[in-house]
Amino acid sequence: MNAVELHRITRRFSSAVVAVDNIDLTVPAGAFVTLLGPSGCGKTTTLRMIAGLETPDEGDVMIKGNRMNEVPIHRRNLGMVFQNYALFPHKTIYDNVAFGLKYRNVGKDEIRRRVKQALDIVRLPGVEERFPAQLSGGQQQRIALARALVIEPDVLLLDEPLSALDANLREEMRVELKNIQRRIGVATVFVTHDQGEALAMSDLVVVMNKGHIEQMGAPTEVYEQPRSEFVASFLGNANFLPATVRQVASDGISVDLGAAGALLVSDAARPVSPGEAVKVVVRAEKIDIAPPGNGGLSATVADVDYLGSMARYQMELPGGHRLLSLVSLKDRALELGQSVSLQINPRHCRIL
Amino acid sequence: MVRAEYRPYFLLSPALISLALLLLAPVLFIFVYSFWLRAANGQDIPAFQFGNWITVGGDPFYWLALRETFKISAITTVICMLVGYPTAYFLARCRFNNKALLLFLLFLPFWISYIIRTFAWINVLGKSGFVNSVLLGIGIIDKPLSLLYNDFSVIMGLVYFQLPYMIINVYVSLDGIDRNLESAARTLGCTAWQTFREVTLPLSLPGLGAGSLLCFVLAAGSFVTPRLLGGTDTLFFSQLIYEAIISQLDWPTGSVLSLMLLLSLGIIVAVYNRFMSLSDIYRSFAK
Repeated sequence: MNAVELHRITRRFSSAVVAVDNIDLTVPAGAFVTLLGPSGCGKTTTLRMIAGLETPDEGDVMIKGNRMNEVPIHRRNLGMVFQNYALFPHKTIYDNVAFGLKYRNVGKDEIRRRVKQALDIVRLPGVEERFPAQLSGGQQQRIALARALVIEPDVLLLDEPLSALDANLREEMRVELKNIQRRIGVATVFVTHDQGEALAMSDLVVVMNKGHIEQMGAPTEVYEQPRSEFVASFLGNANFLPATVRQVASDGISVDLGAAGALLVSDAARPVSPGEAVKVVVRAEKIDIAPPGNGGLSATVADVDYLGSMARYQMELPGGHRLLSLVSLKDRALELGQSVSLQINPRHCRIL
Repeated sequence: MVRAEYRPYFLLSPALISLALLLLAPVLFIFVYSFWLRAANGQDIPAFQFGNWITVGGDPFYWLALRETFKISAITTVICMLVGYPTAYFLARCRFNNKALLLFLLFLPFWISYIIRTFAWINVLGKSGFVNSVLLGIGIIDKPLSLLYNDFSVIMGLVYFQLPYMIINVYVSLDGIDRNLESAARTLGCTAWQTFREVTLPLSLPGLGAGSLLCFVLAAGSFVTPRLLGGTDTLFFSQLIYEAIISQLDWPTGSVLSLMLLLSLGIIVAVYNRFMSLSDIYRSFAK
């Protein structure tokens, strides 16, 4: 049975502001689903509707097959972790973690056992008597996770739980969070604006924009086969080349780039026909650079951004269009004004 | 140029000097006065003796007055808590997008002189005042109620004066509570009421505590309200001080009474501070 199903959910904040617009979403049992998008895209509102902190204006929220719209928050059996941890500052760590159990009428000894177990899971045993303010940010976030998990929730809801941590800690917690989730097997809905987190942790990434779902799929799918310009630009570094379809053949679609030449593309988000104006997506890291005269698109290096292990180039094509290219450096970086040939594998281009 | 380590004192000096001149010095004078001797002809003779202290301390009337003063102050404080907390909660939680306006309205009465506002209560509570006229008019009572010149009207006036102080203290406290804490409690299984009990109320205690202390001290030291709205049997300590110093020109006794009130309030504040410092810890956690 699916852990969560949203059926045509809409949430309006006013007649003009539609935070979430007619969304369908399914979270399979045990899956890690990420709602990814810029701020204001409706991802947090969607999460809060699952939690019951927001009420949908239209549509149904189903948890484990039961309609939840009229079920108050405290009866939903969900574990939620907030961006700023939201630990009760006036309660000890023990009382924080035990909080949900206390309201589930669990016996004292059982509470003690399960709190200890939860603290072991998040690898923070022995902090029971401390207060939240005596722990570091990362430790507080682990406690918040323990507090959400100890009640054995039907769904774990994570509202940007890593964004308040500093970069190193964030990466560490990301791995750990994923490991804990996999071990416990709880269905998880994770909200983030960080594409790295989304791609690294999820079974399913849901890219949202302006209250809609732009695309939903496995991390490789949304990255490799973006369905829209928004998805392509939100995930990774993408170039968009305006082009005209010249010929559609079995080995690929050839497109005309104007003064820059032609390109063979093997993948398209939709059926296209000759003469149609389209955009071709090329990932910055999938452009190979060769000495001039080796075929491909000829270009000149218009800008060099040296990043140590990598270089970021702006390649100017005849006709003035620029392509961003990310290259890991084995030798020295290219120099400004150098002529190069850009080799783009048809498999790495996609028509939108 | 002032040396760096003295700079704070330099910057504080206007405040420190005015405090010393306007507060500390008069209190010292009062302290000295309290040991003077009052001669039979009404003259005050400089002396160092404990006669005034022993007379006042041994007179149960003064202790009764002190108890009465603290009792009325405590009652007004409790009423302010009960009336002020919901109001502050509303102010902190309403979705009205101009909260500054609401807070402005809260303090609007302060634009009118305190004495005039206190006099206004005479029109409200008097024999032919607003309340009695309405009640008589709709026939609930057939002769006017005595609402004025008793403890009731004093409490009314004090509550009216103190309420904004209570509300603003509680408001600040409630406004500083992270709403996610309440959401967290809800997702963990609390009803709205349980959430209030477990999270909101404990975290707003510092504001409630500070507001209560302020209300109590303001009430216990108040003079105008009991003077204008109190009856002949109203035993307010500030009245006794006024009687002693202004009516009987008995400065030594008045000085002892003043210090007695000051010391009692000081002890209450000190005890209270010890007790409330626990809540201050909560406040620092909440950040």
